[in-house]
Amino acid sequence: MQKVGRYGEYGGQYVPETLMNAVHDLEAAYEKYRHDPEFLDELHRLYREYANRPSMLYYARRMTEDLGGAKIYLKREDLNHTGAHKINNVLGQILLAKRMGKKRVIAETGAGQHGVATATAAALFNMDCEVFMGVKDMERQSMNVYRMKLLGAKVTGVESGTGTLKDAINEAMRDWATNVDDTYYLIGSVMGPHPYPMMVRDFQKVIGEEIKSQLQEREGRLPDCVIACVGGGSNAMGAFYDFIPDKNVRLVGAEAAGKGVDTALHAATIAKGTPGIFHGMKSLFLQNDEGQIAPVYSISAGLDYPGIGPEHAELHRTGRAEYVAITDEEAVQAFEYLSRMEGIIPAIESAHAVSAAMKIAPHMKKDQIIVINLSGRGDKDVASIAKYRGVPLNESD
Amino acid sequence: MNRIERKFASLEERGEKALIPFVTAGDPNLETTEKLVPAMLKAGADLVEIGVPFSDPIAEGPVIQKASKRALDAGTTLVKIFDLVRSLRRKTDEPLLLMLYINCIFRFGTERFFQLCAETGIDGVIVPDLPYEEREEIQGTAEQYGVIPIRMIAPTSRERIAMIAAGAKGFLYCVSSTGVTGMRSRFTTNFQEFFGNIKKYAEIPAAVGFGISSPEQAKQMASYCDGVIVGSAIVDIVARERENSVPKVADFVTSLKRVITK
Repeated sequence: MQKVGRYGEYGGQYVPETLMNAVHDLEAAYEKYRHDPEFLDELHRLYREYANRPSMLYYARRMTEDLGGAKIYLKREDLNHTGAHKINNVLGQILLAKRMGKKRVIAETGAGQHGVATATAAALFNMDCEVFMGVKDMERQSMNVYRMKLLGAKVTGVESGTGTLKDAINEAMRDWATNVDDTYYLIGSVMGPHPYPMMVRDFQKVIGEEIKSQLQEREGRLPDCVIACVGGGSNAMGAFYDFIPDKNVRLVGAEAAGKGVDTALHAATIAKGTPGIFHGMKSLFLQNDEGQIAPVYSISAGLDYPGIGPEHAELHRTGRAEYVAITDEEAVQAFEYLSRMEGIIPAIESAHAVSAAMKIAPHMKKDQIIVINLSGRGDKDVASIAKYRGVPLNESD
Repeated sequence: MNRIERKFASLEERGEKALIPFVTAGDPNLETTEKLVPAMLKAGADLVEIGVPFSDPIAEGPVIQKASKRALDAGTTLVKIFDLVRSLRRKTDEPLLLMLYINCIFRFGTERFFQLCAETGIDGVIVPDLPYEEREEIQGTAEQYGVIPIRMIAPTSRERIAMIAAGAKGFLYCVSSTGVTGMRSRFTTNFQEFFGNIKKYAEIPAAVGFGISSPEQAKQMASYCDGVIVGSAIVDIVARERENSVPKVADFVTSLKRVITK
């Protein structure tokens, strides 16, 4: 029998005893409200009126013609309020936190998109908010740091480890264990102890459901392939989930190959990871043979994580989804390509998915359809891409 | 009977409380750890908890986080720690425990890990990120090799205490307060109530850890339970004195044991 919160062998609840009652309370609250009409009404009203859902499904004509293969659609999560898919999950969890009587929310952030979304929702619901962010990420995403402060959140820099997403999660878990009575930990991806991987996926699955109905309306059929980038894996899980029973729909996750999966500088967990237990879950991790978690690297702060959500690990094991690794250079080329081709600047995270599509589309037939989940917009990345290309920007002008 | 059980039985006979100091293995190097452990035992420690450094110790405060990093930077590995235990066992027959994160056991190989524990003389393991519900990850294998997985109880455990205490072996590791390890100037937990609850269900001794940093605190805590675990305060001495920390740590251990024995 499948245990609750397990995806095959993966998943589980590996947290210190101090947090066990908090995790169980969260499980109970989520079970109580996940089908509650009033809760769902409030959530869907926020989706419509605040987050700008449903997000558009856009036919990328020039890109399709240029690549000369499958028809390409973009699911425009970048047009959501706060500029990424992260708001879908945040609104769901903050409604839950409110109903649980919590006064304070904490979150980790990598690229800053989840932090911004959490700070936004905390402002909307008048809750205290503290966001933990690696110091290296604060440097490469300084605009998002200021956005969070503008929204009234406290941003705490984390210097330990590699100063990136994994370290921000460590510090958020420590804070949670310290302030467990009044604090809600709003995890931003399909990771962590049960019920987070399930709950975050449920709040993100609206992406795939919309793709399905929008494409049905436009083309009268299912897509042949859905592509999304994968760090922890929330936008991919959201885009994939509704298609899992549709066996003819190919599901492709694009992870970060950094400088290349055969170098030490990447974050390609599926390509190079091994089973482990960390951050509350059993899943795949980049680690050495004694279980020390590897310092990972990607140009994209949002994909710069040494693990992956447990449901992805299982989708990989069963072969239901396939995962490809995209290098920094390929992602930057895709970032530039989509900007020029469609007038859409994608987040550098989402550019990994665009790059995967650029490789796959030419090998498909013209009557086939690819949907790329464009999980976020790229304004936040402009400065770092300019730097990557060696273009000086004078921001003091 | 395992060394841990024998030790608590003999302490109880003498009406004494257990002093359980903690050091991070390999901080600043394994040679120092090899001197620190026997020195602490000689100075009055009853059991010693040896910390296996981990890259991402989510249950630790800054003091042990930094010690973990120093130890890893110095090239400490689990294989080398088992070598250390093997050589410590030539000098002492007192109970030795490893404190480590579940990934260090899982990735090393659970069977291989406990086999080496038994072979080198580790009596118990403390795994802060392995709660009761996930205990099967190691429990069967640990028992097969005669190693005790120590169970933890927190101030937030409330109605879970009865379940955790039932069938527990060795001693119960009771966390003094919410949060991570590290020195605290004061505690907000109602210890009378906390240990009152634990004692209602526990058939084995209860020791308290997290944040106990002075003889005064150790004395106060010992009055509620059967043993006191002191970590960060010792690791802090090692951080300052490095290779020369042995006599200072021994003096500190003596000062702790003196007050909890009275």
